[in-house]
Formats: sequence, C-alpha cells, structure tokens
Amino acid sequence: MSKQTLLKPSRAVGIVGYGAYIPQYRLPASEVSEMWTDGAAAPPITEKAVPGLDEDTATIAIEAARNALVRAGIAPTDLRAIWVGSESHPYAVKPTSTIVAEALGAAPMVQAADWEFACKAGSEAIIAAIGLVGSDMADYAMGIGADTAQGRPGDALEYTAGAGGAAIIIGPAEKSLAVFEGSISYVTDTPDFWRRPKAEYPSHGMRFTGEPAYFHHVVMAGQILMETLGRTPEDYRYVVLHQPNVKFPSRAAKQLGFKPEQWETGLLVGRIGNTYSGASLVGLTAVLDAAEPGERVLVVSFGSGAGSDAMSFQVTERIRDRRLLAPSTEDYIARRTVIDYATYLRYRGKLLMK
Amino acid sequence: MHIARNWRVKKQRYSLTGEICHHCGSKVFPPRDVCPECAQPAYDPLQLSGKGEVYSFTTVYEPPANFQEQAPYSIALIKLEEGPMLTAQLTDVEPNQVHIGMPVEMVTRKLMQDGDEGLIQYGYKFRPRIMAH
Repeated sequence: MSKQTLLKPSRAVGIVGYGAYIPQYRLPASEVSEMWTDGAAAPPITEKAVPGLDEDTATIAIEAARNALVRAGIAPTDLRAIWVGSESHPYAVKPTSTIVAEALGAAPMVQAADWEFACKAGSEAIIAAIGLVGSDMADYAMGIGADTAQGRPGDALEYTAGAGGAAIIIGPAEKSLAVFEGSISYVTDTPDFWRRPKAEYPSHGMRFTGEPAYFHHVVMAGQILMETLGRTPEDYRYVVLHQPNVKFPSRAAKQLGFKPEQWETGLLVGRIGNTYSGASLVGLTAVLDAAEPGERVLVVSFGSGAGSDAMSFQVTERIRDRRLLAPSTEDYIARRTVIDYATYLRYRGKLLMK
Repeated sequence: MHIARNWRVKKQRYSLTGEICHHCGSKVFPPRDVCPECAQPAYDPLQLSGKGEVYSFTTVYEPPANFQEQAPYSIALIKLEEGPMLTAQLTDVEPNQVHIGMPVEMVTRKLMQDGDEGLIQYGYKFRPRIMAH
C-alpha cells in the first residue's frame, strides 16, 4: 500500500489526554422487552445508560473533556481546536463546541465546530485533530464523540440507544501516553440508518445494517490498516470496534482474526448501551485505563451512511501516572442507578407536560 | 428569556470562575465589583476547584416556572473548599440521600430551557463526589 493509503502526519503525534463520561441511570433491556413483547424478545444487551433530565450531548462532552484536560496536564488555553462529533447536538443550529470551549475556559482563541457522521463523527474529529497537530498548526487539539441517542419506543434500537461520550486530546508524540501509528478511512454511500431533519426518531434498514454496512466497513477498514502497517492481530493487545450491540463487534473482531481477550476490555455495550459517536472512543478509554506501556490498540469506528475510521496506537510509559488523575471509565460504569420504563420515559422527555 | 443577562454570567455559571482580591487575598464567588472583606475594587479571575460540601439543604416540591419537570429536587448551600458559600441545585442524587457535610463536586448541567424553541441555559450544579480525592 502506498503512503497515500495510510493517513499519518509528518510530525509524530499521539494521545496526551483522554476522558470519558457515562450518565448514572441504567435501563435494563428486560424493561423494554417486558413493555413491548411480554418479555418474549431476547435483549441484545443487559442494560443501557440513560441521561438524567439535566444532561445532553453538551454536558456529557464537557465532563469527558474536563477529565481529558486533567490527564493531559495542559491549560485549557493550550487547546487550539475543540471539535464535537454527535448525532444528538442540543441545537440544530448553534454549536455544541462553543458551549464546551467556554465551560473548559478554552475560548476565545480556539477552533470550534460540530461534526456529524452518525456514529463516526467523533473519530473523524480526532483524525482532524491529528492532522492539525501533525501539520504543526497547533500543539494540542481535542476531538470529542458524545451522544444521547434516540430510539423509537418499541423499536429494536430502544434496547440499545444509550448515552455517553469520550474526549481525546492530541498532542506531540514525545508528550503522549499513546503514540499514533496511522489510520485509514473507508467510506461509501450505504443507507443503513438515517434521520431526516425534523424527525424525532431515526429509521434503519433492519438486516441491511449488518453485512453491507457495519461488517463490510469495519472489517475492510481494520484489514486495510493492518496490511498497510504490515501488522497482524497478534501485534495488538487490544482491539476496540464500534459497538451497536454485543454480537456485531464480537463477530467482526473474530472475522479480523482477533480473540476474545483482545476485545473484551473495550467492549462495554452490554453494560452501557450504544453511545453512538462515543461508542468506540469510550471503549478506547477503558482500554487506556488498563493498558501497559508498549501494548498496541486498534480502534475501528463505524458510522451509518456509511464509513469506518481505523486507527492504531502504541501505549507509552506516561500512561501509568496520567490515568489515575481522573475517574476511570469503569468508575462511571460502576456508578449505577437502575430505573424502570416509566422513569425512562420521563427522563427522555417523552411525557407531554403541557 | 433574557439573552444578555445569561450571556454576561456564562463564565461563572459554566465553570465556577470566581475572583481573588489582590488587596486582601479573599476568594470570592460570584464575581463582584467590590471585595466583601476589604471593600477594595479590582479583582483577578480565580478558577475554583468545584469541590465542597453540603452546608444545608432543602427539597423543592413546588418548583417555579421552567423547573416543574425536575421536581422533586434538592437545593443546597455549598461551602466550597476555597471558602465561598453558594446556592446550587444538587443532581444525580435522590433528596433522601442528601445529608449535611456530604462531599460534593461541581458539574455543568442544563439548568432550564425556554420551551422547545428557546435557548437552553447551562450552569453549575453539584453531585456526590465520584473520586475520593
């Protein structure tokens, strides 16, 4: 493969800080199954994270970003870009990223914009941040993936559409806790899932979301990146794939040649649901919470519509001190309050108040 | 909805930015023009840690307009580690779990929204601390 296939900047860069956030409320999938199928449907996950009444993509992004800043040990004004990827931005018009930049104390001398590519918006923002730092235009840039995903009541997505997010700060390789080794993106016009501008809930192509959409893009992106880098699955301690449910990423990882011990650490969907733009990135934060220096991580996102970003990182010695500076992803998963279906409807704003 | 009034206080509301008096060293929140300790003007911004404890609290069952959907919720006087005391809504906690002296930390959350078409106001709330330190 040529250099043109591999995305890698001339200046070496990496992850200098990372942070996750997951709301504390959990809706057991059995609640959805009981409500709509008398419990007959076998749920695709155990439970999903539900945002509280005062949470949205902006508040999720802010807390994840604060954790990333603490771990990076830099001033908010050192950030030259804050890019937020989501499909549930609180406003149709008005950036989430300026709210985040202001809350962090990074405004006003900063790039800020919102990204949208279904569940791939966050990884796309990170690759842009890699380009910005890698071209020497900036020393630090932040990419965020966060969502409060919508699911039509009774639809298959209601079991899994969760909430959460992760922030990744890209900086010079010599200051990184994980060095960036390269990425590729694999994108086609494949309409597996969509939401029109004024629609409350997304629509999807049922079984069409599998083979031609998720599996094709994730497996191709992962394979091409490994081939381009001259790697095999044995070179990686961890793999994190986009996780709309437990079955898809487990099967795709197996197709790519990985074993369960490589994907289990970053596979969180069973306990927090699909966090959409956050999904592969929150998985990456869980891996960074556990990884040892020298170990490699392969991350492959997926966004409907459709495309995948595959990224390769190698963890450095700096991981040891930095990861303890903020709550771990597992801390947020353990902070758990179970709610019933009625409370879920209330928290998701589905009750007509006037 | 008072756009300018909320916009003007966004720094203190979003991130708990206070002030330190460079005459007597008092730490102050919310920011104001005159030091409440030494009555001197001219302040420097101070980023407060957001860590504190519940000094006292009450639970709201009959909320004002724009807060009805959140009831019941707790409002507390929070004593910050740096000294200032402020009033804020508690979040991620049931009213019956709140107690005086409870260690809390600041989070930025939605305070209210002006219907389906108006602005969303964000600001500080406090929740039980996630990390011990």
